[in-house]
This record gives sequence, C-alpha cells and structure tokens, in this order.
Amino acid sequence: VIKQAAPKTLADATRLVRSKNAGPFWITIDIFFDTSAGYRAHHRAITRARMASVYGVPATSVRIFGIPWLRVIKVSFPRPLAQGGPFERDMHAGQLHVPLLSMPLPADPEDAPSEPAGEAEVLDTIPL
Amino acid sequence: VAIETNRGERVIDRDGTRASEVKTLARVLVPVGMLGAGFAAGTVARGIALGADVIAVDGGSTDSGPYYLGAAQPKTTEEAVAHDLKELLLAARDAGIPMIVGSCGTGGTDAGVDWVSGIVRDIACEERLSLTVACIYSEVTKDRVAGYLATGRVHPLESTPELDLPTLRRCEHIVGLMGHEPIALALEGGANVVLAGRATDTAVLAAVPLMQGCPAGPVWHAAKVAECGALCTTEPRSGGVLIAIDAEGFTIEPLAPDARCTPDTVAAHMLYENADPFRMLEPGGILDASEAVYEALDDRRVRVTGSRFEPSTQYTTKLEGAAIAGYQTLSIAGIRDPEILDRIDVWHDSLVNLLKDGISRVLGFSPGTYSLEVRCYGWNAVLGNLDRDPRSPREVGAVLVVTAKDQAIAHTIAKYCNPYLLHMPAPGMSNLPSYAFMSSPAEIDRGPIFEFALNHVVDLRETTELTTTAIWKTP
Repeated sequence: VIKQAAPKTLADATRLVRSKNAGPFWITIDIFFDTSAGYRAHHRAITRARMASVYGVPATSVRIFGIPWLRVIKVSFPRPLAQGGPFERDMHAGQLHVPLLSMPLPADPEDAPSEPAGEAEVLDTIPL
Repeated sequence: VAIETNRGERVIDRDGTRASEVKTLARVLVPVGMLGAGFAAGTVARGIALGADVIAVDGGSTDSGPYYLGAAQPKTTEEAVAHDLKELLLAARDAGIPMIVGSCGTGGTDAGVDWVSGIVRDIACEERLSLTVACIYSEVTKDRVAGYLATGRVHPLESTPELDLPTLRRCEHIVGLMGHEPIALALEGGANVVLAGRATDTAVLAAVPLMQGCPAGPVWHAAKVAECGALCTTEPRSGGVLIAIDAEGFTIEPLAPDARCTPDTVAAHMLYENADPFRMLEPGGILDASEAVYEALDDRRVRVTGSRFEPSTQYTTKLEGAAIAGYQTLSIAGIRDPEILDRIDVWHDSLVNLLKDGISRVLGFSPGTYSLEVRCYGWNAVLGNLDRDPRSPREVGAVLVVTAKDQAIAHTIAKYCNPYLLHMPAPGMSNLPSYAFMSSPAEIDRGPIFEFALNHVVDLRETTELTTTAIWKTP
C-alpha cells in the first residue's frame, strides 16, 4: 500500500504495529513501516524518552532495535506488573500498541524534536 | 546465479553448487505451533515425504499466563491433544522416526507430563503401537531451589530482585526449562517417544539435529524460527514447517502447499514474542542471529546462513514459578444509558469511592486487606490510564473485580457492592437507574489468582541435574 499524503501519525506511515508479551516479564512492540523511505524518514521519532512517556515506564528500561531491511523498529520494555496477576488487563499484551497509532509524526522529519543525547538515536541497530 | 537476500544480491553458485543442493544433515518436522491446535490434513504426510528425521512439537508455554503452571492444569482440551497426538504417533510409526513433545500440559509440570503420557498410552493400546516412551520431569522442589539459593547459584534476570525465601515458599509449582540434553539422552537410550516437562521451545526442535552433528548456530536459529509452526509463513494458521539443517545454515519450508516462506516472513518471526530479535539465551549459550543472511531459494523456501551460537562457560536453567496472589470475585453490569455513558468517568469514580467507604465502614475491611476495581469495558478497561481517547462510549460492561486473601472475603465484599453496582446514579440524577446484570447471582467466584513469582536462573554443574527421566514401554 502506497500512501500518498505525508503521514501525520505513526499509523499513516506503517503497514502494521503490533504488541505482544515476550515472556511473563517483558512487552515488545513491532513497528513495520510501509516503505524504506518512510522508515528512513520517521524511525527516529521512536525514542526511548517518547516510549517511556507513552507507557509510563523508565526511559532507561526501554530497548529500541532498528532493522532497516525489514523496515522495522522494535521497542521492548519490562512489564510494570508481571503477566497475569490480579490486576492484569491484557494477558497477552496484544492491545498495547494502540496508543502509538495516533502518535503524531513531524511534517518534516528534520524538525523532529531534539532529545537529550543518547535518547534520540535508535539503539541496538545492527548495521548492514 | 544471483539471488536476492536481505543484504543485497548474492552469487550462490560460485563453485557450481546451488544452495538448494547443499547436503542436508537433519530434517525436523514441526506440525504445528502448539499440540492440540490442529493441522490441515495431509501436511504431516507431506513433511514425512520430504524426509523428516523427527517430529517435534511444543505442548506448552507461559504465553497464556500463570494459572496453568500454578494450578498444574493444561490449557488445551484432552480431545484436541489426543486428536493431534494420534495422527503424529501414526505418522512417526510409519516413517520409523521419533516424536518429541515439549512443555507437556501447558505449564510443563509433572502432572502435565503424566497427562500427556496417559493420552499416549491410550492411543498406543488402541492402535497397537510399539512404543518406548521417555517421560522427562522438570519440576523442582522448593527445598531444592532453597539449596541452590543458599550456595549462591540462583541469579535474577534483568530488573528482578534477588530471590528470597518467602517468595520461593509462596510458589505452588516450580519448573526448570530444560535444554536439549535430557531429550537427546532419552533418544540415545532407545526412546521413540519423548514427553518432556518444561523445556525451552527451541530445545525440543534442536535435540535431533544436534545429536546428528549439525552446527549449533543454524540449529538454534532454525529451532527459533520454526517453534511456532507456520507462524513464520505467509499462512500463519496453516499448520507446520519443515527445517533442514546443513553444514552452513538451514532451509525452511511450509508443510501446507499454499503457504510460502519468504525472507521477510522468516526474519520477521525473530521479532515475535522476543524482547531482543538478535540474541537469544539458551541454557548452554546464546544464539546470535544478527549477521544472518535470509535468501529465497524459490517462492516458498528460504535458506538462512550466518547464524552463530556462542557457548557460555556456565550452563544455566531458567526457573518458572507461580504463586497464589489472592482470590477474586467478579460481577458484571452492562450500561447502555447515554446519560451515564456521557459521564462515565464521574460515575466510575463516585461508585468506587462510595464502595470503598462502605466496605470500610460496614464490613470493617481496611483498604490494605483487599483490592477493588471497576473496569469499564467499552470505555478504558483494556488500556487503563494509557487510554487518551476522549470519546464517550456507546456501551459499557462494568466489571467489578474484588481481590482478597481468601474467597469468602472477596465474595462478601462483592455481595456488599451488588446493590450499588446495580443502581448507582450519576451525580444529579433524581431517579434510581438499574443496570444490566448478566447473571443471577451476579457474583462470579474465580478461585485462586496466580502470579509469576520467579524470573531467575540457576547455575548447573550437569545439564541434566534438574530433570528425572522415567521410561515405559508398550507390552
């Protein structure tokens, strides 16, 4: 699917965003961008600080991986509460990606808000 | 011949040998991601025809939560497991190859192994199969873990605190995730069916290729990709896959004829349910897939090379434990009245405050001795505070969730809440509304609620230190 208009939200720039438990103590979110151009333009919008603020977890606990050839950014962080206890609301963490769908993207990716050093860049990227 | 890979084009016939003609050292048939989930007719036969050396299937996981380990109950129904097992046992018998089931009975408890073993015994009698069955138990007693703890051999993973004795003592069941070693030993000892307790998903698939001398990097990577069956194909619900390991890599193909593996579907599976898509911890080392090359051999098979396995100096087994976190009672009231739904936030907060006040005043339970939530399904029950959508809901299922240290207290509190959940007006309403209870009685006792209490590994001296194997044979 080629989306013509400039993407306004993460949902506009991606073909799939999904979340899932990764063992009982981690949550992982996979963000599949539509195109390589979209990946290059917008993957830097996914920062540890931003993920920490959306999910209410410490930024230092967030891991971000970039896999350019799959056009994927992966975000993982420890679950605030272990899976399945009395206060569980999403056993498989399968709906936790939804708050990211409406995340606004800057009209010009060069205008992406600057973040403290070490927070803005994608971590753990495996270069090809 | 140049082939497109994730790292650009690559010439694969430098020495005149196509990658597709590389000598295969072992083939593993993975019929489905979970025993009991079923597979399309003919797919297993297709994998056998392709030369499978073993049928390996996962029988459990922590994926569905702590109950199955804590209560030692399977998630799958006996009928569905028996249905799958019968077809697999007959196929293995006809092909003269072994069959391995891992994490029997969902949680991989001793009871789970015995449950699957009983089903196998019934099928063996009915079909007159000649079986040597190895049951590998991996449940660990609290005393045993306490011993490891006392000698400094238990270590927390990630952000988990050090294990303490009170936490350990609360666990109902503890299992250690076995590696491939006890499975391989059982097969070497003559078993043609191996029913393993809790095992890593990959160990079940890796055992036979490692026994046959395949290189560890491709074996563990292939096992990781194939452990959910057809989830790494274009038809995720089509059943299984076949992995073929060679000296440099592995090839994967779907068992269903209309399904395809592509470099993208295979590589993308490394993302699924993994916190780290490149490095995965196994008992004996770490799989490093960061340099892997995925290439399409044709339109439905993918070959993967460049996977590495780094053996660790210390063999570790991960422990899983489930403890009772309390007892719950629920009541469910449906709300369709727009007058309430337009102010659902106010209604929710005023109801919770009123209930908590009454529970303290009338029942005498102080706030620390129980917990109470009203989860408004249709409004923000799933995401809670993370939900920023300002729209009013069209319909709400208000679920009262009471948790206490025993069922009687949880039930008492829920009963006290009943008339308020039924009639609570929004502020300023002059009438007394009634909401839609879905049952009589409204209260639903859930019994014990479990939680995962361990996220630790234990250092082992022997790879089979935590497992016990028992063999039975058909007459």
